[in-house]
Amino acid sequence: MRRGVMPRVMLIAYLAMLMLPIYWLINLSLRPNEDIMSRMALWPHHPTLEKYFFILNDPTWVHAFGVSLTYVLINTVISVTVALPAAYAFNRFSFIGDKHLFFWLLTNLMAPAAVYAMPFFNLYYAVGLFDTVWAVALAHCLFNVPLAVWILEGFIGGVPREIDESAAIDGYSFSRFFIRIFLPLIANGIGVTAFFCFMFSWVEQLLATTLTATNALPFAAVMTRSYSVSGMDWTLLAAAGVLTMIPGAIVIWFVRNHIAKGFALGRV
Amino acid sequence: MIEKPINNRAWLLVLPVLAFVLFSALLPMMTVVNYSLQDSMGANNFFWNGDAWFRDVLNPSTDIGARFFDALGRNLSFSFAALLIEVPLGIAIALCLPRGGWAVGPCLVLIALPMLIPWNVVGTIWQIFARADIGLFGAAVNGLGIPYNDTQNPVSAWITIVIIDVWHWTPLVILLSYAGLRAIPDAFYQAARIDAASRWAVFVNIELPKLQKVLVIAVLLRFMQTFMIYTEPFVVTGGGPGSATTFLSIDLVKIALGQVDLGNAAAMSLIYNLITITLCWIFYTIMTQLDRRRDA
Repeated sequence: MRRGVMPRVMLIAYLAMLMLPIYWLINLSLRPNEDIMSRMALWPHHPTLEKYFFILNDPTWVHAFGVSLTYVLINTVISVTVALPAAYAFNRFSFIGDKHLFFWLLTNLMAPAAVYAMPFFNLYYAVGLFDTVWAVALAHCLFNVPLAVWILEGFIGGVPREIDESAAIDGYSFSRFFIRIFLPLIANGIGVTAFFCFMFSWVEQLLATTLTATNALPFAAVMTRSYSVSGMDWTLLAAAGVLTMIPGAIVIWFVRNHIAKGFALGRV
Repeated sequence: MIEKPINNRAWLLVLPVLAFVLFSALLPMMTVVNYSLQDSMGANNFFWNGDAWFRDVLNPSTDIGARFFDALGRNLSFSFAALLIEVPLGIAIALCLPRGGWAVGPCLVLIALPMLIPWNVVGTIWQIFARADIGLFGAAVNGLGIPYNDTQNPVSAWITIVIIDVWHWTPLVILLSYAGLRAIPDAFYQAARIDAASRWAVFVNIELPKLQKVLVIAVLLRFMQTFMIYTEPFVVTGGGPGSATTFLSIDLVKIALGQVDLGNAAAMSLIYNLITITLCWIFYTIMTQLDRRRDA
């Protein structure tokens, strides 16, 4: 399709709006607190990287960053692994209660974390996982596993059924067919699903903060704690905020081609 | 459409998912159900209270009922406003994105960035960004002659929350729509060109139908998340001024943890959960039915 100048203008305007708050965060992270609270400055007049160095040299912050990354990665691996066979089952077979089960899975995305935070604390405390990365990784499965099933089911729907049938005729066992032939066909979908799981686990904090105390304190919880210590250290918070964007930016850079390749989630 | 073969052994493939989800879903849910049916005299002494909490919450003339219906109204209008802006805007921007070339990668990364910022950082950004004295957004809006103060004026507070949500989550609609658009084979566009179809006709007859599956996910996810909104108002406006941005989640946490009124809070959260599920079920059914009718 031929396209005029309008789309480009709209896109650039939108991107500018999108980047403004992020620019503001970076701007704040480079200005001393007194400067932030006393005036509005469009750019840092006396930029300082002091708080970045502070965070990178403080074991608490560094440890917390590692904790956050660990539970996000565990959660992503678990979610995608258990969701794959289930998504295949939902797409390829009819079985008793399949539609109800599928919708019940989705209802788990609709439970407000704020409401269930306390019962979650009790549960994970009781099973002895409280204050470990496993508690957070498992708790995030509540919404990431159904989401992964949902997205993967769409991708699997795009693979013709004839492939399954001819593999069976060729004498492939189910597990060998699934791992050797089927998984490479939906590699695109696995990448996109992993991105979504990573994203929702990385940004979720209410459960992550509730289920941890000292050993497995996530990055966000260290941020919240620094709220109260000495008033608001805006520079520190902003610098930490900038750092939280980096892992996500790296992940999306790897996934960009999967998205650019396009997916319609089902028959096209 | 070919019928799927019936095979109850498929349950075996679903079992791992069930195990993981049930582990986290069942006990917390039952705890809430327990609280909703019992009353306490303190010191962990609980006794059966039947449906009394539920009747209170659903009766608008009681104190708690009035609070519930007010917050529910705020939730519904917030979700409606957010979806009304985010879905059309997301599709429009997806149509504006380049179809190929070097610019695609950087554009996608920039667009996805806001989604990857944890909720409380988003709140932190906007707390300062929206301030009239030291924040760019607040100062700019006031500079245009529009009185704006998100901590004192209910309208400003409301608009701020909507803008934050649009800023934060329109990228989800864009990414999904863009992926859906890229999956449309070129042959469709060539056929449209031969028929000399207008841009609008191409959009309505080719692009929109092909986007349906990804839009089901985008709309449902956005609805769920906006309907459960908690962190943004909690950090930026604290539910105020007054109760202008006290959404259901915020009110629930106030009742459960602030007033330790567990019975009411539990009943309220179950009703809230049920409303979310019902609304999602309606969306889901309508959108998948449309899909089936198109196939037939």
